[in-house]
Amino acid sequence: MSQYAPIPKARPGKVDRVPMPEQDPIERGRNFLEVPFGYSPEMAQVEASRCLECKDPTCIKGCPVGIDIRGFVVKIREGDFQGAVDIIKHDNALPAVCGRVCPQETQCEEVCVVGRKHTPVAIGRLERFAADWERDQGVVAIPKLAHSTGRRVAVVGSGPAGLTVAGELALRGHSVTIFEALHKPGGVLMYGIPEFRLPKDIVEAEVDYVRKLGVEIIYNAVIGKMITVQELLEEEGFHAVFLGLGAGLPYFMNIPGENLNGVYSANEYLTRVNLMKAYDFPRADTPVRPGQKVAVFGGGNVAMDAARTALRMGAAEVSVIYRRSMEEMPARREEIHHAEEEGINMRLLCNPVNILGDEQGNVTGVTCLRMELGEPDASGRRRPVPVEGSEFVVESDTVVVAIGNGANPLLTEATPELKLNKWGNIVADDATGRTSMPGVYAGGDIVIGAATVILAMGAGKQAALAMHEELMAKEIN
Amino acid sequence: MNTILRKTILAPGVKDFLVDAPRIARKRKAGQFIMLRVRQEGERIPLTIADADPEAGWIRLIFQEVGRSTVELGRLEEGDSILDLAGPLGRPTHIEERGTVVCVGGGIGTAPVHPIAKANKEMGNRVISIIGARSADLLIMEEEMAKASDRLLVCTDDGSKGIKGFVTQVLQQLMDEGEPIKEVVAIGPVVMMRAVSEVTRASGIPTVVSLNATMVDGTGMCGGCRVTVDGRSRFVCVDGPEFNGHAVDFGELLQRQRAYTEQERQAMAQDHVCHIGRDQ
Ligand SMILES: Cc1cc2nc3c(=O)[nH]c(=O)nc-3n(C[C@H](O)[C@H](O)[C@H](O)COP(=O)(O)OP(=O)(O)OC[C@H]3O[C@@H](n4cnc5c(N)ncnc54)[C@H](O)[C@@H]3O)c2cc1C
Ligand SMILES: Cc1cc2nc3c(=O)[nH]c(=O)nc-3n(C[C@H](O)[C@H](O)[C@H](O)COP(=O)(O)OP(=O)(O)OC[C@H]3O[C@@H](n4cnc5c(N)ncnc54)[C@H](O)[C@@H]3O)c2cc1C
Ligand code: SF4
Ligand code: SF4
Ligand code: FES
Repeated sequence: MSQYAPIPKARPGKVDRVPMPEQDPIERGRNFLEVPFGYSPEMAQVEASRCLECKDPTCIKGCPVGIDIRGFVVKIREGDFQGAVDIIKHDNALPAVCGRVCPQETQCEEVCVVGRKHTPVAIGRLERFAADWERDQGVVAIPKLAHSTGRRVAVVGSGPAGLTVAGELALRGHSVTIFEALHKPGGVLMYGIPEFRLPKDIVEAEVDYVRKLGVEIIYNAVIGKMITVQELLEEEGFHAVFLGLGAGLPYFMNIPGENLNGVYSANEYLTRVNLMKAYDFPRADTPVRPGQKVAVFGGGNVAMDAARTALRMGAAEVSVIYRRSMEEMPARREEIHHAEEEGINMRLLCNPVNILGDEQGNVTGVTCLRMELGEPDASGRRRPVPVEGSEFVVESDTVVVAIGNGANPLLTEATPELKLNKWGNIVADDATGRTSMPGVYAGGDIVIGAATVILAMGAGKQAALAMHEELMAKEIN
Repeated sequence: MNTILRKTILAPGVKDFLVDAPRIARKRKAGQFIMLRVRQEGERIPLTIADADPEAGWIRLIFQEVGRSTVELGRLEEGDSILDLAGPLGRPTHIEERGTVVCVGGGIGTAPVHPIAKANKEMGNRVISIIGARSADLLIMEEEMAKASDRLLVCTDDGSKGIKGFVTQVLQQLMDEGEPIKEVVAIGPVVMMRAVSEVTRASGIPTVVSLNATMVDGTGMCGGCRVTVDGRSRFVCVDGPEFNGHAVDFGELLQRQRAYTEQERQAMAQDHVCHIGRDQ
């Protein structure tokens, strides 16, 4: 039981959204510590008291995994934090992650009833609070597992999709083994999203929870190369396979100069810094070039992460170069706001056309063209058109290309049975994750293209349910 | 897992490990490599699988100590384990019946060329191998290459063993003698692979080189290993490591290999002994 006394519901609109304390922008631009500090129990209770506790809570429909939001928010207001955690974990095995990185403003919070007239309830912050509170207690409750079913499942990839499938199936009594190509778990949570947005010990703790459910994780296991999917089913004794491979293929712009020294894909740049700890070089062995003037191409979350990382690696000047305007920027508002606060220069309506270098092959600058917004294109966004003769050079010694990721063909090439779409994504049923290969399911970025953590988890959850049904219907010996 | 079963020193700074890795041993084909990490804060580095025994479950790694990671690896002893080992990665060498194939190994490049010579011989091709090094003490795997080849030519820059001269001169001689060469496979320092490709270019003999780009993941996820081949950007770890030597932009590869010269110097200067006593 928690020692916090319940507080009453606030009158609608009478209490403003409780701000979350965060590090000073100038100071945090030089360290890798998490930017927001999180709510105290008192702040969380006050924020929770703003919830109307609706009879028909629309917020739940905005959450891809359908967390009983009203239920857990009420528990927080009542001071029963463990109760809140239990409710959240019923539908979401990684709440400390989602509370931090979900685009809440376009999901649960967008449809919160309070949001019609006032600022919506800070659902993400409350979720994060509950998860952090539990971790701070030191004991993370492990739910009771079902009796062993004797069924064995192989999960390929330990990103949010794979971890969710593994957790859900372990809870139902199946024996689950995750095969991960890298030496660490978590997928993008570990190698992509930076420490200052998602501390790695939180990812480790969430993975640990899945491990405590009895899931085994085998690292350095590149499926398609070391073992094929077919062999998992036919020789290794697995009754089903889930593919949560992510969108691990970096796109480049295919402009001159892209192979100069100092040009990185965002994947490479962030992997060097996050997974390989280049910020700790030379104590850690993997280096990254210490850019002073860094140009980042793109306008999504990945671009913001790369830009803010470059700043923390010691850059004096960081520009984000994006060909459309602020309105079209796909990154979360909060990320753009944080980046601007830290002094990152947004060069909007600019398109890089050429990367310049010196005789040694080092980057020296980027030639850009100014753009204007023209007619709307197929995506409904106004198409940027270049302004004739508007070339100018952005001096840079490091360039990070963050224009998107596609499907990595490593596994699918070795698995001709899998049906792919024209972009190389695995074709899987929306509701069940079933692929064209019997016993094989897929979900997350490898199916829908680079998306979000919570969508990957949602897909994982649905696939787990379908897999459970199929597994239980299967005769095994 | 990943236990070092046998450690041999082949030449100054060149070590030869047999490593227990049954899954990789079973799957690997000539031309493929592994990624490894020696310690928690270590780098991921690629090494070619120089040989393997699928029954006994070992793979063989032969490496030259050139920087921090390879020096640290070389410090491991029999019975020690390699922290992380992932593979087999990359596309296998394309081996088919062709007739005469020349395998050229320069320096440490002899190690990766060896399995290719062996596989060609098993295919029934006539294998002529040329191996070279700066001097006799740096020559490796002479006996094994002799076994894997129908004819072995040895050369050293200083003439301390075999023919005095570069592998390219020996190859040129073979061509001049009128050997009906159907393919040349050359592995070694970039400048050597470039020179070999120049020698064969005019006569149009298909020439395969194995590119040693700097890698991070080795699975096609970062693009750090990209090279330009035929004017197109390719990832060495998944599209290679072998490419048509006549189409590779070697100048760019050399430039990209120098990307971290300054950091490599720093890393070597602060040898890993000084971590002891620090938190980690
Ligand atoms: C820099 C960055 C920032 C982001 N920020 C946000 C954010 O703020 N909010 C948000 O919701 N989303 C964000 N995203 C997107 C989000 O991270 C992804 O949508 C999500 O991680 C997808 O999950 P997944 O499980 O499908 O794949 P991943 O997380 O990509 O995991 C896939 C895993 O599979 C492994 N794997 C791949 N192939 C094989 C193989 N053949 N054998 C074995 N293992 C294999 C990979 O190594 C990896 O560990 C961000 C993405 C990036 C890159
Ligand atoms: C597919 C592939 C297969 C390889 N197989 C072998 C092998 O079987 N045996 C072997 O000895 N080496 C092999 N290499 C090279 C090996 O990976 C590098 O020597 C190693 O990464 C150097 O790491 P380091 O920390 O010891 O040296 P660093 O401090 O990183 O570098 C020291 C010196 O080595 C050079 N160097 C760095 N990386 C490479 C590289 N990838 N290739 C060539 N030179 C490099 C640097 O320019 C520098 O001069 C292979 C490389 C690739 C890409
Ligand atoms: S998981 Fe994401 S969408 Fe669902 S309630 Fe939490 S923050 Fe909102
Ligand atoms: S919609 Fe908003 S106010 Fe209503 S229950 Fe959900 S969080 Fe509370
Ligand atoms: S090493 Fe990362 S893509 Fe090749």
